[in-house]
Amino acid sequence: MRNSLSKFGQAIKLPGLSFALAFTLTGFIIAFSDSKVLSKIGSPLEFIKSAGATAGNAYLALFQGSIFDINLTKGHNFFQGFYPLSETIVIATPLILTGLSVALAFKSGLFNIGAQGQFIFGAIGASYVGFHFQLPIVIHVIAAALAGMALASIWGGAVGLLKAKTGAHEVILTIMMNYIAGYFILWILKTSQFLRPGRIDPIAPEVNQSARLPLLAGANLRIHAGIFIALVAALFVWWLLTKTTIGYKFRAVGANGQAAKTAGISVPFVLTATMAICGALAGLGGAVQVLGSEHALNADIAGSFGFDAITVALLGRAQPLGTVFAALLFGALHAGGRTMQSNTGVPLDIVLVTQALIVLFIAAPTFVRFIFKLKKMSSSAGLTSKGWNG
Amino acid sequence: MSEIRSSVEKRRFRGVIVIASLSVLSFMYFGFIRPGKGDTTYGFVLNNEWVLIKEWIIASATGAKIFSGISLIASVSAILAFRKGREIIIPVGFASFGILMSFITWAASGKFIPLTGLLQGALLLAVPLIFGSMSGLICERSGVINIAIEGQLLASAFVSGVVASLTHQALWGLIAAPIAGAAISFLLATFAIKFSVDQVILGFVLNVLVIGLTDFLYKKLLVPYQSTWNTAPTFGKIEVPILSKIPILGPIFFSQTIVVYLMFAIVAAITFALFKTKWGLRTRAIGEHPTAADTVGIDVNKLRFKNVIIAGLIAGVGGAYYTVASVGAFGKEMTAGAGFIALAALIFGKWSPIGAVFAALLFGFADNLQSTLTIIGVSIPSEFMLMVPYIATIIAVTGLVGRVRAPAADGIPYLRGGSH
Repeated sequence: MRNSLSKFGQAIKLPGLSFALAFTLTGFIIAFSDSKVLSKIGSPLEFIKSAGATAGNAYLALFQGSIFDINLTKGHNFFQGFYPLSETIVIATPLILTGLSVALAFKSGLFNIGAQGQFIFGAIGASYVGFHFQLPIVIHVIAAALAGMALASIWGGAVGLLKAKTGAHEVILTIMMNYIAGYFILWILKTSQFLRPGRIDPIAPEVNQSARLPLLAGANLRIHAGIFIALVAALFVWWLLTKTTIGYKFRAVGANGQAAKTAGISVPFVLTATMAICGALAGLGGAVQVLGSEHALNADIAGSFGFDAITVALLGRAQPLGTVFAALLFGALHAGGRTMQSNTGVPLDIVLVTQALIVLFIAAPTFVRFIFKLKKMSSSAGLTSKGWNG
Repeated sequence: MSEIRSSVEKRRFRGVIVIASLSVLSFMYFGFIRPGKGDTTYGFVLNNEWVLIKEWIIASATGAKIFSGISLIASVSAILAFRKGREIIIPVGFASFGILMSFITWAASGKFIPLTGLLQGALLLAVPLIFGSMSGLICERSGVINIAIEGQLLASAFVSGVVASLTHQALWGLIAAPIAGAAISFLLATFAIKFSVDQVILGFVLNVLVIGLTDFLYKKLLVPYQSTWNTAPTFGKIEVPILSKIPILGPIFFSQTIVVYLMFAIVAAITFALFKTKWGLRTRAIGEHPTAADTVGIDVNKLRFKNVIIAGLIAGVGGAYYTVASVGAFGKEMTAGAGFIALAALIFGKWSPIGAVFAALLFGFADNLQSTLTIIGVSIPSEFMLMVPYIATIIAVTGLVGRVRAPAADGIPYLRGGSH
């Protein structure tokens, strides 16, 4: 028992220190960019006090905006206080799916920067089936989600196929395809098929009621059934990677492509299959976003879900469970960031800095050890991607 | 090895076939199936050059046929050259040029194309891309992958804008920008070389960090206190005497801001230094075979560190272009992915300075062509034209440019005595 406890302590020591370091640094940035704090620079004591208060207030707002806010319970039932938590989960849901897309690619030795584009195609497919067809309840949701996944899977699979057939690097391919997808959605929203009647701004018709994911906690909270889809997807990825032959092949190619080839694994197949599944996962993220919370396709539907997915997967060390937790954390940072911005005037964008710092420190265990003067620490090997020639 | 070569050859040949098919397609489509009905007018005069070249007016359909014809001939000679095992870059270049001109002549039927302005704008759009790709080039030739170009450009654009605003001097902005680029490089070098962090991941994270920081400071300082923090003065154009009066070339190359002239100098210096100096030889050595370089007494990691910093200084000048050499004020995420396009240009150009410059110019041209055609009111959805540079990159990296090979040790940390 004791042994396993200390093991657990070892395992969370590094992430724990990374978090502490990231939040401390962010706190400094918040405090030192505040004009009220800076005006007190003459008296050191006042200065420290004011800096602490500014950063403290920002973090308090971050918590209130992401987990629970007592103020929201006034005049409502107690449950309404969890509105922020609901928001956190609403943001985390697509992030889990795009994060899994990036994580799975990492396992096969691929760096999938293309979750953004795949997300867009997933959203387009789901939106079209959602508003264009009249189908029975349940079936409609499934059909819409599958349509999105299929489109995104083709978009993603193309990357694997091109890499396998031509040796082009997936980082370049996916970056380019993100731009193409970004322009494609702008164009398609102007077409008569997608433009909502009576509107000139780029927004598609709302998906039919039958194609919407059910809300989980009443009409006042936005949390929807998509979170279960995301969790099932995480379970699926875990199962795929650890319990199936194809998952074993994925990991074999990821660990050493040359050895896998020698062992008789078809590398082109693995690359294409991986990217097709990655595409489907990110596409499901887009579908869930449309069917669960947005209900209508718009030009900004993808936000930064595809890019945040990369930091999510890196923080989750490309493990399904880790990705879920990382997505929840980033969902909380984003939801809380909004409240922080409106309550304390600290711009939401600081959340990106925190995100980047956490991932940076997690990816650099030797650095964290160096900072905290730790001699030895058990840590699993750092995540790696493959260079241009890989 | 021979198997690899033959598969590469097959891929290149496929690239040639793609170009040839496009030639045939453009000949048929622009010339016969949907010929333009009006005349296309090309204008060449921008300022007051010595010789004011007359406008060139041609019937759209005829012009399209002529240019597609050129590309057909070039495609055939590319196929012949390939059969004989000769270099195909020149005929492929001509063929692409023909297709492009055929397209423009067709698309701008009944309209006026200011060709000199188009080219000048293309060069300007390519400026940050060229600085960015030179930064990537020096890093990657030394064996350090640099995905953080975007971050370098954005950070230095921000710093140069702020410094120029505070000092009311564009020059101070230009001086401060490379320091900001080098600061990002310092992070890249420290974590990549000292702490052996995966360089692709590291570069990505640094970009997020810079985007987050600049967005944050933009909202916190630059927007509320705009008059002090975000009113950078800009450099004026410097007309080179005599040269700026040459028709077409003058306005494009010799009537620019100091940053553009700096770019010419830096590209020339890098090309020379990389291939003709001791530093260049050593840099290429640590990028290709660090162990061998170490054996002959080169301190691999020290030189890598130094080169990554130099790369940051160069990218920094490119960042300054966004503020003090064009619009002045800093805008949120104003680099808009140029760092990634610069990276693509580097790969497109096969990690050679000249190749990267041409690739960057091509991207700049495609970008400016798109906006020019949109302004003159061509009926193609602008979204599709905006996609063109990215589609071109995909076509390029999947075959046309032949075997694209990064420096052998690119991205691999060098650990003495026990490297990978």
